[in-house]
Amino acid sequence: MAQAAKFDLNDDNVVVIVGTGAGGGVLANELAQKGVKVVALEAGGRYMPEDYVNDEWESFGQLAWTDPRTTSGDWRVAKDFSGLPAWIVKAVGGTSVHWAGASLRFQDHEWKARTNYGAVEGANLLDWPIDGAEMAPWYDKAEAKLGVTGVGGRARLPGSNNYKVFEKGALAVGYKEVHTGNMAINSADYDGRMACQQTGFCFQGCKWGAKWSSAYTDIPRGEATGNLEVRDHAHVARILHDDSGKVTGVEYFDKDGNLQMQKARIVAVAGNSFESPRLLLNSHSSMFPDGLANRSGQVGRNYMRHTTGSVYATFEHPVRMWRGTTMAGIIRDEARHDPSRGFVGGYELETLSLGLPFMAAFLDPGAWGREFTTALDSYENMAGMWIVGEDMPQADNRVTLSDTADAFGLKVANVNFSDHPNDIAMRDHAYARGQAIYKAVGATRVMPTPPYPSTHNLGTNRMSERPEDGVVNRHGQSHDIPNLFVSDGSQFTSGAAENPTLTIVALAIRQADHIAKEMAAGNV
Amino acid sequence: MSQLRKQGLTRRALLSRAVAAGALAVAGPGFIAAPDAAWAVEVTAISEHQMATLLQMARDIYPHDRVGDRYYAVAVKSYDVTDQKQMVADGIAALDAAAREAGFDTYLAAGWEDERVAILRRIEDTPFFQTVRGGLVTGLYNQKEVWPIFGYEGESFSHGGYIARGFDDIDWL
Repeated sequence: MAQAAKFDLNDDNVVVIVGTGAGGGVLANELAQKGVKVVALEAGGRYMPEDYVNDEWESFGQLAWTDPRTTSGDWRVAKDFSGLPAWIVKAVGGTSVHWAGASLRFQDHEWKARTNYGAVEGANLLDWPIDGAEMAPWYDKAEAKLGVTGVGGRARLPGSNNYKVFEKGALAVGYKEVHTGNMAINSADYDGRMACQQTGFCFQGCKWGAKWSSAYTDIPRGEATGNLEVRDHAHVARILHDDSGKVTGVEYFDKDGNLQMQKARIVAVAGNSFESPRLLLNSHSSMFPDGLANRSGQVGRNYMRHTTGSVYATFEHPVRMWRGTTMAGIIRDEARHDPSRGFVGGYELETLSLGLPFMAAFLDPGAWGREFTTALDSYENMAGMWIVGEDMPQADNRVTLSDTADAFGLKVANVNFSDHPNDIAMRDHAYARGQAIYKAVGATRVMPTPPYPSTHNLGTNRMSERPEDGVVNRHGQSHDIPNLFVSDGSQFTSGAAENPTLTIVALAIRQADHIAKEMAAGNV
Repeated sequence: MSQLRKQGLTRRALLSRAVAAGALAVAGPGFIAAPDAAWAVEVTAISEHQMATLLQMARDIYPHDRVGDRYYAVAVKSYDVTDQKQMVADGIAALDAAAREAGFDTYLAAGWEDERVAILRRIEDTPFFQTVRGGLVTGLYNQKEVWPIFGYEGESFSHGGYIARGFDDIDWL
């Protein structure tokens, strides 16, 4: 392997990427492969599969973003986990270390939510400026990169105990599209990564490397080109610009807490849907008093988190749901758009399990007494599924700057969220279907479980055709500032029903192509 | 939830201290102990009554009939420190006052779990109750020693995962 690059702080020809997850990590590698010089700044530390821990709380302490955040709105997370609106990762590789691997393409109608769903009162729906046909070749590349099962000739994963219960119940209630999913978890050796060993603990980082993560694929491959330098423990404070309104570099606190300034030809923001708008807002200046890329006033708005929830059920006999791949199981029949169900958009049902420590924390936060503890007494006999549905973008579901400051004195993100009536109707429908599925296989008790701290964090810098409707254009490029890009899930115009990582990766590959061409043409 | 709660003492350390002190079998000054001598908790900053009350509270908040007192004792041992002393004293005084309103001399004097739960409901919105309850979520359920009681197997990587150890062995469907 070539020596990883080292770039000078005054090198103003580099692309600076803030964040190294599914968006930033992939963008960094794709640009490096094309010969573009990249400095990637990562707030967290660097952990590899040998460092990951098969222990929920210990792993949480190792990987999770636990810097302060504040919450508001009527969502239950704001009450139960007021300082922890999201369960996402602060480490090289970002939340691609933690994700469960479900890799689904958007359905065609979901790219045009406003057109297909119509005007939904209280929702701020908008069509994406791109569509399924345009994204198809980029999805092809993303699926090949991630080694997604069930496409490209790659076999699906085998079904675990938790899947078998889920599948039998699904078929019993009449569902047709039921399988072990399209997973970025190898069913056979692929691309230098080994096959899944059914270990569980997908959320704690895959110790086998069977699950794709940018931490041990794109990042080291980018570094091997000699064109990528990753600086970990680099917490970006603000993006700087010149009098012409172009960005010129970023200020960041290095691992010793010293403020540094890295010059840049282009800055790409990929810090997740909380940190990316926070950074743009914290970068306000006399020229941009409301924050960078925010002439529309849309930065931070339209925060989406998917309509989620879980259904757990207990049975007469053991299931041992924790054994095996966590999310290798899906029912897609409800993912369609069918307003006769009482809501627009659709939802996926996917297998899920938590270990005993997290089940105690998340099954019914705040609950106590025997209703709660007798459920845990049957933990060994429990099966579980997760609801992932499209939620409505709402202008006031938004990330703003809090009065609270972090260890560097930077204002933190406040996350305001309230369910839309469509979200509630969808969740209630999904709860009922999930309970029916388990009752069809003899569940002795069913438990509709509230949403966890968010793992799918979307919107807040959304993509739009017209500058007044959003923050970035069809390439994730700021409408206001041509050499400023957004490269993570915050650019999502709408959330669709699918787990977002595959789309984030596809958009990053496509964006890298665009940036390299624009640089070569001298346009940025 | 954003931080791990560190336990003050491991179960083993508790037991070894109890043995070293020779104060087994009965509750004596500075200790509460199981009648069968299976475990003991030394108390230093708080009183025996307060520790015994905390232990019963823990059982009544998260009752698991197959989980022995010693695990609950580990989970509440961290309150036996000087900087928690006042919080515990005030909280248990309020709990015992609620018990008197319900017709019992103390919380511990209520014999049935339902009676004690009704007393706890009177104080469940207080910071004291919520602190004890919240602490138990990790203090009790993150003890590796209790996991087997629930059938949970914990870490699996060092065993090669479950690919050859029953990830798909369900036989009753």
